[in-house]
Amino acid sequence: MTTATHDHGHDHEHHGPAKGLTRWLYTTNHKDIGTMYLWFSFAMFLLGGTFAMVIRAELFQPGLQLVQPEFFNQMTTMHGLIMVFGAVMPAFVGLANWMLPMMVGAPDMALPRMNNLSFWILPFAFAMLTSTLFMEGGGPNFGWTFYAPLSTTYAPPSVTFFIFAVHIMGASSIMGAINIVATILNMRAPGMTLMKMPLFVWTWLITAYLLIAVMPVLAGVVTMMLMDIHFGTAFFNAAGGGSPVLFQHIFWFFGHPEVYIMILPAFGIVSAIIPAFARKQLFGYSSMVYATASIAFLSFIVWAHHMFTVGIPFLGEAFFMWATMLIAVPTGVKVFNWVTTMFRGSMTFETPMLFAICFVVLFTIGGFSGLMLAVAPADFQYHDTYFVVAHFHYVLVPGAVFSIMAAVYYWLPKWSGKMYNETMGKVHFWLSFVGVNILFFPQHFLGLAGMPRRIPDYALQFANFNMISSIGGFLFGASQLLFLYIVVHTIVAGKPAPAKPWDGAEGLEWTVDSPAPYHTFTTPPKID
Amino acid sequence: MSSNAATSSTTHEHYYVPAQSRLPVWMAFGMFLTVFGAGKMMNDMSSGAESSSSHWWFFAGALVFAVVLYNWFSKVIRENHAGLNSVQLKKSYVWGMGWFIFSEVMFFAAFFGALLYIRQFVGPWLGGEGDKGITNYLYPGFEFSWPMLSNPDNSLFPGPEAVIPAFGLPLINTIILIASSITLTVAHHALRAGHRKQLNIWLGATVVLGIIFLFFQAEEYIEAYQHLGLTLDSGIYGSTFFMLTGFHGAHVTIGTFMLAVQLVRSMRGHFKAEDHFGFEASAWYWHFVDVVWLCLFVVVYWI
Repeated sequence: MTTATHDHGHDHEHHGPAKGLTRWLYTTNHKDIGTMYLWFSFAMFLLGGTFAMVIRAELFQPGLQLVQPEFFNQMTTMHGLIMVFGAVMPAFVGLANWMLPMMVGAPDMALPRMNNLSFWILPFAFAMLTSTLFMEGGGPNFGWTFYAPLSTTYAPPSVTFFIFAVHIMGASSIMGAINIVATILNMRAPGMTLMKMPLFVWTWLITAYLLIAVMPVLAGVVTMMLMDIHFGTAFFNAAGGGSPVLFQHIFWFFGHPEVYIMILPAFGIVSAIIPAFARKQLFGYSSMVYATASIAFLSFIVWAHHMFTVGIPFLGEAFFMWATMLIAVPTGVKVFNWVTTMFRGSMTFETPMLFAICFVVLFTIGGFSGLMLAVAPADFQYHDTYFVVAHFHYVLVPGAVFSIMAAVYYWLPKWSGKMYNETMGKVHFWLSFVGVNILFFPQHFLGLAGMPRRIPDYALQFANFNMISSIGGFLFGASQLLFLYIVVHTIVAGKPAPAKPWDGAEGLEWTVDSPAPYHTFTTPPKID
Repeated sequence: MSSNAATSSTTHEHYYVPAQSRLPVWMAFGMFLTVFGAGKMMNDMSSGAESSSSHWWFFAGALVFAVVLYNWFSKVIRENHAGLNSVQLKKSYVWGMGWFIFSEVMFFAAFFGALLYIRQFVGPWLGGEGDKGITNYLYPGFEFSWPMLSNPDNSLFPGPEAVIPAFGLPLINTIILIASSITLTVAHHALRAGHRKQLNIWLGATVVLGIIFLFFQAEEYIEAYQHLGLTLDSGIYGSTFFMLTGFHGAHVTIGTFMLAVQLVRSMRGHFKAEDHFGFEASAWYWHFVDVVWLCLFVVVYWI
């Protein structure tokens, strides 16, 4: 193999992007595809956010105000599905597309055409999924966890299209994950040994394995649904010897690793940003790698903690409780390492760093409420209440979503060659930070007081906290329009950014120009 | 195996990044049409619609999909023949195929898991035994046995009269598939030794064995449906039986097709002794399908 001597990526003899629409339709360029993923995920974020606004508007006051219960159920379902599969996952894949080849010194993703296929499946899949809202009988109304028999015997006819949408977006995820594995294992520049890889690369490698392992299981469970609905099988029907609990087992065997799929890349992002703005090496690099791998392993043996109240044998309750609590150990290692990285660092607080620090604090709160839920006897009290909603929104919004925003502010100068407006970025952060806490913190109290999730109306004693939560929701939702404005404004009218706008930042991506040339590292850089 | 200079006269120091391609977006479009059509067909079927044009969506999608697939593979083969593929790039294909097969393993694992969970937990509970035996109150008088010839509610799910015994056709099919893995390995050795004629004979034999397997499998299904009352809707035994063997049969069909394509390619002079990943990938797939069958034979038919 070649051992090139260049320090920098060159775009010699290479033409730039094609012109017009076909550039995007036919592209094989990881940067183009990353851009499409990111814009697509932002569009889905706004769509899923709109559904959330409908939910919060209905819950602003007790009583049925705006929508019918049937439509409310479709909103909670579609909000969850769109945010999980349309917003968070594609955003991380977009970041992977943009950054992984540059971080490991590769000319592109390993399989560039399949890369474009992975992306283009998504607009079709989500068009089909969203169109179910306009079909006879309405869209999916059984919650994003689509428990049988709600999603089989009692489902609207549109469930068939939901199932097939899940099938093709699963195919997209599997191909994307295979591409990422091949890129990381096969495309690293000479000298880029595994333990030199940036943590974002490591976390994505492990995430890709999770995807390859569990997306087929999701395909399996929706296939069983399809067969139960249309071909008379009895997988989830006790009358034929099946069991609705079987659905929950298979779903959560997919579902629990799935939640780590949505958080491990976030760990990678935060592990890049905190050292950059603390101007210190990341504390405990190798322990971060092992902690990530441990979390991924444990994610396969904890699924039934979502099912404590469904009726599983005592031994099962005990095993899944203890196994779940074990996850706190590697997660604690990570939080400790981030905090220790900041300890006595020369910290500055630009927007990416604000989001990253906020991630560490608020994700930890979400982690602790998860630990509370892991206690099986206590979970009998919390199960299916707003406490659960508060818990997973704390890990997904100020967790996963904030990490994506941090990543956008951190790498936008590299992508666009322009610098965002720091003041506006900070305003966006503070509005989001305040909004997200007003939105989700009261939901802990609502849940502990007994308010069930997924209801359009509630008893009067929940009125105050619901109104506060809704106000926070509207504030948070509106702030994201500011985010859209900031990104567009940067691309259109931002000031030119240097190759390395953050002095503490490390990694190969900062050795190339800003904006990154259309082709980077066509000859591998030398890593020492 | 590792020989790079032989694939082309020039060594490529750059990883080949293909230029723009129409294939992916058309493939995505074809996939969308296929599943959209399939969904419409199933909904029309279940709602008892008298006339339906949904199948045209499905066929149009399948056609687009097939055309794109043909062109895509042709293109990859042409690129390899043109010497564009470096050793490193070939490794990407190897990783890709390997992890694709692993994802297939996980797909089957979901169905095997369902079967084992039913047998180990759900069945006994419904029959009144064990931790959650209280569920038997729903179906008084139901006794659990495997194979499940009587279902908890026999009016909704009439049970089968009998099931397919392991040591009949399934055993023959086991022998056929194991034999096919052997013939395929012989073909692979012939290819590596440069014996083209032997390669074609043994590869052809493998394809024939695959087709015979599928023929027997069809026989078995006809027997199950027409004489045993063992159907998709005859309760959980039929559900797991047909889903596991059916998905396996679908994979054998794909695998046979893949091997047939490799046979055609071989007769057209493709493949070199040290460069034949299309063949290898198909062979891996075939062995994977073989292993799945062995698990099926033990778990579904035998025990």
